[in-house]
Amino acid sequence: MNKIVAVIGGGVAGLETSIQLEKLGYKVNLYEKDSELGGHAGKWDRLFPNRRHATEVIDSLTSRIKDKVQINLVATVNQIKRENGSFLVEANGKSQKADAIVLTTGFELFPASKKEEYGYGIFDNVITSAELEKMFADHGKPQSTTGKTPEKIAIIHCVGSRDEKVNRPYCSKVCCVTAVKQAIEIKEAIPTAEVYCFYMDLRMFGPGYEDLYKEAQVKGVNFIRGRLSETSEMEGSRVLIKAEDTLSSKPLKMTVDMVVLMVGMSPLPSTEKILKDLELSPNNDGFVQVKDYHLEPTHTKAEGVFVAGACTGPNNITDSVNAAHSAALEVHKYLTSK
Amino acid sequence: MKFEGKRKIWSDYQKEIADDKFYYVRSCIRQNIWPGSENTYLRVMRDVLGKDVYESEHHTTCTGIGYHTEVVPLDTLQTVVARNFSLMKDSGYENYNPSCVTSFGIYTEIFDTWHHFPEEKEKARKFLKEATGREFEIPKNLAHTSDVIYKFRNEIAAKAKYKFINKHTGKPLKVVDHIGCHYAKMFPAKGIGGAEYPYVLAGLVEAWGGEVIDYPERRHCCGFGFRQYLVKANRGYSIAASKKKFESMEPFKPDFIITNCPGCNYFLDRWQYALAEMDGKTYGGEGYGIPVLTYEEAAGLVCGIDPWEMGMQMHQVSVEPLLDKIGVEYDKSKKFKGKNGEDLGKPELPNNLKFCE
Repeated sequence: MNKIVAVIGGGVAGLETSIQLEKLGYKVNLYEKDSELGGHAGKWDRLFPNRRHATEVIDSLTSRIKDKVQINLVATVNQIKRENGSFLVEANGKSQKADAIVLTTGFELFPASKKEEYGYGIFDNVITSAELEKMFADHGKPQSTTGKTPEKIAIIHCVGSRDEKVNRPYCSKVCCVTAVKQAIEIKEAIPTAEVYCFYMDLRMFGPGYEDLYKEAQVKGVNFIRGRLSETSEMEGSRVLIKAEDTLSSKPLKMTVDMVVLMVGMSPLPSTEKILKDLELSPNNDGFVQVKDYHLEPTHTKAEGVFVAGACTGPNNITDSVNAAHSAALEVHKYLTSK
Repeated sequence: MKFEGKRKIWSDYQKEIADDKFYYVRSCIRQNIWPGSENTYLRVMRDVLGKDVYESEHHTTCTGIGYHTEVVPLDTLQTVVARNFSLMKDSGYENYNPSCVTSFGIYTEIFDTWHHFPEEKEKARKFLKEATGREFEIPKNLAHTSDVIYKFRNEIAAKAKYKFINKHTGKPLKVVDHIGCHYAKMFPAKGIGGAEYPYVLAGLVEAWGGEVIDYPERRHCCGFGFRQYLVKANRGYSIAASKKKFESMEPFKPDFIITNCPGCNYFLDRWQYALAEMDGKTYGGEGYGIPVLTYEEAAGLVCGIDPWEMGMQMHQVSVEPLLDKIGVEYDKSKKFKGKNGEDLGKPELPNNLKFCE
């Protein structure tokens, strides 16, 4: 079989799709815009719900494609053209033929500076969940900008999710459980720390998620139902936060050492150009529109173009791996029937 | 604090401000409480910057305070605003330049309403025609007077006689910038620097040598809040809001407060007296309180205009300690003399807030 499949995006979905297609006998060209494979998960320290190290998962995926797939790193796909029933994929000035395309372009983390009132990018000790993961990876615990160990930390859920003000009306699905996981990790790393989670609802839909939530409560994490209204910087770079405790219907003001923003998943802007080339439209939230949400979730309306992972909307790793399996099979059915 | 983060936001929120030929409209209340500020604006614009600023004696209130307290309905508001625009049309000027932040908010809101609901604009056109026979055009440019001073801040700095530097220590004066809520909180894109980290006054302070303080209750209302004060029973909220701000800024030891809103000027100044009488507490200034300046007064001081000519003797919180820090020359004996040298009389002294006689 000499058929070629272009997989665009080297995160979890792209890696798994490549593995499955290679197993099915296809030549796979994997395009990744960054210099390393693994996507966002590759930059994470530990994963929910069991807190295994993310490197375990990413290393397992990358080791299985090594020397079996053509990997194009730092390869931004600039154009995709249809030509004689197949595709020409151009990246970094080089065009390669493909008989089918799988979009696994993923997402970007919501740019937290868009929630101006939270002070990200302005106040020293306002960080994102991704930056907290890096702190865990580098130091094993959070650190304030002065290198001090924070003793009081506020975790803010739904930053760039379920928020019409920033045009992100959808739920990003994974932030609640990430917040709970990180809250537990903070308590484990700094047992004396006070940790407060400000949430709207806790959406613990996956296996093991409720257990994590319970564990967090047992470990003394405080959960306050209410959204943050604003932050301000105090002397010494501490952060004053204002919120409403909607269960007691009272406004709340608190000074903390660190604020962690649970940034949601946003559509990746560079996917938009690829969709235009393929004459496809985004869905209402800006992610890739699948052909049939229930019955054909890895098809698109364009012939020969398939999709997997978080480029279709917020997904966890398990969802992405399942979608990758499905997309690889659908590609196989398409190419064998062609 | 990451200043590059603020600078990024400031650069995101810039707006077009006309260069010249301004149609100036005064505030309803400023001339009573800060009688020299609007005149100072005209002096700075005309005499220092050489700009063409026109004002019509027929201009009226925008009805903003009545609108926000729900005694003036939207149709009336739109018709009155349409009449003011019609006066501008008669004058041949196109750059509308309100002195009041509430008015600026009203005009911004009306532009937005007319953009999204053009039928409202047509209704205003019809009502104006029926009531007065007049017609109007939408201004080509709308900028608050603080926007205009911001635009020309560097030109003013180049001609400055004084800077916001403590002449005794050589250090920049610490300044609290307070922005009227209606300047950008409703339409962040219409304010210099946006709503969360406004730059309109911070830019002036920086350009004139001072240093802006970012304190926790920076965004909080001054205490006017319309219904907080206009409804007598709510005045506790008004003074509580002001107190919250003073308590929050106190540890940063500000040398003065600068604001761009008539109400904010008034309440941040006068409530310091009331709080001193109620609680016996004064904020900063060794018992003299924290001086509160309008941006016009600030520009006037920088340009070397006499403080008493700008009406600064009408402040409740004495400005002399600040003038001394900057090194502004002034004649103490003329503080309570009128324009033609007549004796204006001295105010009764407060019990707790120190006052320079």
